[in-house]
Amino acid sequence: MNIFQISWKNIINKPLNATLSLVLFALGVGLISLLFLLNQQIEEKFDKNLAGIDLVVGAKGSPLQLILSSMYHIDAPTGNISLKAARPFLNPKHPLIGMAIPISLGDNYKGHRIVGTTPKILELYDNVQIEQGRIWENVFEVVIGKVVAEKLDLQLGSKFYGSHGLIDDENLVHDDIDAFKVVGILEGNGSVIDQLVLTANQTVWAVHDHEGSDSDTTHHEDHAHAIDLSIPLSEYPDKDITSLLIKFKSRNFQTLNMPRSINENTDMQAATPAIEINRVYSMIGDGEEALRYLAFIIIFVSGLSIFISLFSSLRERRYELALMRVMGASPSKLFLLIVLEGIILAFIGYLIGILLSHAGMSIFAAQMEETYRYSFSGWEFMKEEAYLLFGALAVGFIAAILPAIQASNTDISTTLSEG
Amino acid sequence: MLQTKDLAFSYDENVRFQFPDFSCQSAENCLLLGQSGSGKTTLLHLLGGMLTPKEGSIIVNDQDITKLSAAQLDRFRGQNIGIVFQKSHFVRALNVEENLMLAQQLANIRPDKTRIQTLLDRLNVGHKLKAKTDTLSIGEQQRVAIARALVNQPTVILADEPTSALDDINCDEVIALLEEEARKVGSTLLVVTHDNRLKEKFSNKILLHSQQTA
Repeated sequence: MNIFQISWKNIINKPLNATLSLVLFALGVGLISLLFLLNQQIEEKFDKNLAGIDLVVGAKGSPLQLILSSMYHIDAPTGNISLKAARPFLNPKHPLIGMAIPISLGDNYKGHRIVGTTPKILELYDNVQIEQGRIWENVFEVVIGKVVAEKLDLQLGSKFYGSHGLIDDENLVHDDIDAFKVVGILEGNGSVIDQLVLTANQTVWAVHDHEGSDSDTTHHEDHAHAIDLSIPLSEYPDKDITSLLIKFKSRNFQTLNMPRSINENTDMQAATPAIEINRVYSMIGDGEEALRYLAFIIIFVSGLSIFISLFSSLRERRYELALMRVMGASPSKLFLLIVLEGIILAFIGYLIGILLSHAGMSIFAAQMEETYRYSFSGWEFMKEEAYLLFGALAVGFIAAILPAIQASNTDISTTLSEG
Repeated sequence: MLQTKDLAFSYDENVRFQFPDFSCQSAENCLLLGQSGSGKTTLLHLLGGMLTPKEGSIIVNDQDITKLSAAQLDRFRGQNIGIVFQKSHFVRALNVEENLMLAQQLANIRPDKTRIQTLLDRLNVGHKLKAKTDTLSIGEQQRVAIARALVNQPTVILADEPTSALDDINCDEVIALLEEEARKVGSTLLVVTHDNRLKEKFSNKILLHSQQTA
């Protein structure tokens, strides 16, 4: 029968009071922790997928949309740009541009975007390696991300038909042309590339040039092999791409002015990922802040509920507290007894809250993966959660401190004479 | 053994209690008899170290408890003084056994389940070991309260009106029980009461007159 056990027995002796405090506490902690988790994982994904890209050039429209569609593969593209216009950026001798990666969007396979690009895109994403197979060497050859391979159970040599648009729709399957053939599978690296089907830009052209024509099968055999991937894209001025991902050689005054000059002097727009993503953060941030205040209010109320339930229980436990004093308990022991009750409640509430938030996060994760094609994890723990623990214990302590002081001031003689 | 000398107490400037000197030897049973308002409860609380006297000394087992610090007094009380209150109260969240273990633990005495079981058996409430205290009858509660007062083998057992709510038969029984248990653990038993039925049962009687002076 140590003091901790007595505190515990006192709590479970009043299950309804305890439950109310626990539910409130768990809600508050759970909400805060969930916000932490979401915030952290979203920022982590966004940051990872920034991939050192300095500038995205694409069709005019919303800059955020351009970034989201070309880098994060969430939104629809703003439109196409002609290679004629994009040609200067593709020039390997460009004095400012270190790397320019063309992106052609338009199709998906079971919700995973088929991205026409060049093999250099792998360098952007931490130099992600091909785990099995090789890079594409022909049109209709694809390299798929780890998650695509696992989720859709694709192996080297698997063949599939893409469907038109960026959302999975069976009615729009391109079954009138060649099937894509998996020639490579990337290692997983936690970025958006895990979720993509990569191929040559020319593949995307081949798919769409073909659209509407009703030629026979032999035709597209020829068609497919007619394209030589060794010819640089800049040799196709009449073709379109969706956007260019640009990495500067180094950042300087000229690169700083480049977006403005593109926006003012061309039919294209240039968007800076860092700026746009910060806008997203600040938009998310407002809602998050409101939710965070709500969570703090809930925690405050739960602290209040602990305080009230302890305080009201003191009235009926007055006599037994005096009795414990008679039996040799010092005032500080009674103080500890009551404080422990507050802290135990807070601790259990914290545990339930953390459990709730992580369970919630795993459910979210499954949903977000569908919508945003990112893998989130429900069971990643953060150091913020440790701070939250100290916060929770502090709330429990503060809620219990007044009742505890009152308990430790119990006057034995007066209380027992009333009895 | 229990002894007082020049004991006085006042709640405020107008009410002052002056108590007669008395002493109770080890293993002796004493009766402290007084009418309501004579300061019985006040004296009991003084003897139990729950109130601090204004003047005088209280010697329990060669120790003047008025000289102890608050912390020393808490410990001393837990180890040397067992109190049976008029109305039995327990820590409600705990069962009978746990309440008795609490008494041992708070007095810094190693919890001894065998002793608890034996004591409860002797008081005929052994089968209530795991019962919550609020499920006990009044009689059972009083027996458990007696067991709690005895569990640490105190030097002095103070009983406050232990029989006031009881009929004659139960009254005899409880007093017999208290005397017997006090003898077994070698304690001094002091019963504080206004119950005249008890007069005949004790040889050492202390009469408390209304000593209240304005």
